[in-house]
Amino acid sequence: MTTLRIKDVVKRYPNGALAVKGVSVDVEEGELVVFVGPSGCGKSTLLRMVAGLETVTEGEIELAGKVVNDTEPADRNIAMVFQNYALYPHMTVRGNLAYGLKNRKMPKDEIAAKVDEAASFLQITEFLDRKPSQLSGGQRQRVAMGRAIVRDPAIFLFDEPLSNLDAKLRNQMRLEIKRLQRRLNTAAIYVTHDQVEAMTLADKIVVLNAGNIEQVGTPGEVYSKPNTTFVASFMGSPPMNLVTAHADPGSLRIGDVTYECQTPVSGPVTLGLRPEKIEFLPNGSGLPFDIDTVEELGANRLIHGRVGGVDLTMNVDAETDVPVETARIGFAEKSMSFFDPETGNRI
Amino acid sequence: MQKPRLYDHIVLLFGVVLMMGPLVVAITTSSYLPEHIHRNGMQLGWGGHAAETYWSVLTKKGGFSEEVTGLLMTQNSFILGLGFAIGKIIVSMLAAYAIVYFRFPLASFFFWVIFSTLLLPLEVRILPSYEVVQGLGMLNTYTGLILPLIASATGTFFFRQFFRSVPDELVEAARIDGAGPIQFFIDILVPLSKTMIAAIFIIMFVVGWNQYLWPTLMTTDETLYTLVRGIKQVMNVYIGANIPDYNEALAMAVLAMLPPALVIVIFQRMFIKGLVETEK
Repeated sequence: MTTLRIKDVVKRYPNGALAVKGVSVDVEEGELVVFVGPSGCGKSTLLRMVAGLETVTEGEIELAGKVVNDTEPADRNIAMVFQNYALYPHMTVRGNLAYGLKNRKMPKDEIAAKVDEAASFLQITEFLDRKPSQLSGGQRQRVAMGRAIVRDPAIFLFDEPLSNLDAKLRNQMRLEIKRLQRRLNTAAIYVTHDQVEAMTLADKIVVLNAGNIEQVGTPGEVYSKPNTTFVASFMGSPPMNLVTAHADPGSLRIGDVTYECQTPVSGPVTLGLRPEKIEFLPNGSGLPFDIDTVEELGANRLIHGRVGGVDLTMNVDAETDVPVETARIGFAEKSMSFFDPETGNRI
Repeated sequence: MQKPRLYDHIVLLFGVVLMMGPLVVAITTSSYLPEHIHRNGMQLGWGGHAAETYWSVLTKKGGFSEEVTGLLMTQNSFILGLGFAIGKIIVSMLAAYAIVYFRFPLASFFFWVIFSTLLLPLEVRILPSYEVVQGLGMLNTYTGLILPLIASATGTFFFRQFFRSVPDELVEAARIDGAGPIQFFIDILVPLSKTMIAAIFIIMFVVGWNQYLWPTLMTTDETLYTLVRGIKQVMNVYIGANIPDYNEALAMAVLAMLPPALVIVIFQRMFIKGLVETEK
């Protein structure tokens, strides 16, 4: 069953700025959908429209079969986790969790039961009587999630919930969010600008750019078959190599060198190559590669250099011997992506 | 931090003497009999009549109508000070709430209109104000004394600045939690503004307590006199060859000073917190 349906939604601000330009996404039951994109791409605006914190200029937002365009946030059966947690500073953790339920006129004993349940679920029972200011970042994050859980929402909305945490805690909390969402089996939208978070969390990734959807797909699809050069360069770290090339029958011209391979297209193209799909070949075959810099990452190495005058990065594992200065490289035909150099769309 | 040196202490001590000196002289002089003060001027020693003077100031029915005591005047001062401070806080909080959180046409215009009233202090608009209060039949009432004074541009400005520093996400979280505008105000904003309210309360209480011109105009009934006015009244007894009760006037001045001083001593920690605190 579809939990949330976003249909041709447009957001125009009173000053005329178009933040979201007609976007349609479905979120299925129990699915975790990640909106990812650079800042200003409209991902937060879209989420806030789902929450009811922004009005919808055009289009429809349908939650559990009902159009909720004009429904107040409190009546939408959603729960939101904010970037800076937005906990009520003067209330205890218990008060924070209970506040929304109290406003719903839920009986006291029921509230207490709900709060205790959520607290033990998130392992924050011992903090229930503390104020948010006495908690660490990770604990506050848990309280914010607790406030979302007690509402029993149809959908969770996460607005960059981890960007205020340090790197180590972020990885840990990321895992916790995923586990939590799996255990509750509640649909969720997660907004982030961090493509690693997007890849690791998502059942479905929605890549947004300048108010438009660039691609919707599983993390695997988005990574290996990017629809546009934007997606190719945004997803993955290091990003996909995008090389201007010319495809002829049986060969591919990159700068002033030629690589022999079968290509499905011909004419001028932008060639997309994931850095880890490029490998060293024995002398005399493949393309010449002038090695410029080697970055040591522990488990693997990033090798930056030039092929026929064009910059290229490859990613090899740490056991691979890196030749000095020049090497020969190659890549499989199926790992190549081709884009139209004019429009940036996948061919 | 630098280690305090002798020089620093001397500067501080000088300041203490400068500010506390007159107060000490007032206290000591008030312990003498009026004839002694009349003959010898202000006194630094201890006259030994303090208890009876202060007792008489608080309980003696004085004034033209012989109806008003020091205690009654203290009570009036408290009513004025508290009404003034609490009224100002309520009105300016509500005004700031409207300006910051509601998008109504000309919001910032209205804010600046409120702000520009700073240019029109009570003394400038005293005739029209009197006219209004008189027209409403509120002369010689507490309402007439307090109500025209409780609009406050300063308070509105302070609360506006404070509300603007409250993160927007808090409003949004409250909206998702189903809190309407009034509930958000009472459940979230007021508790958050606690220290700010304390700070403004102190300032406004002292200002209200020290009002002189306005009560003088608004109240002719002696039972509504405040302490600050009472001081003047004690001195106003030149009938025949009577000597004014200098000691009682000074005692009343000391009494009039006590409550604001106490308020500041008690609330000063919250006061400073309210003015400097940034964490929300």
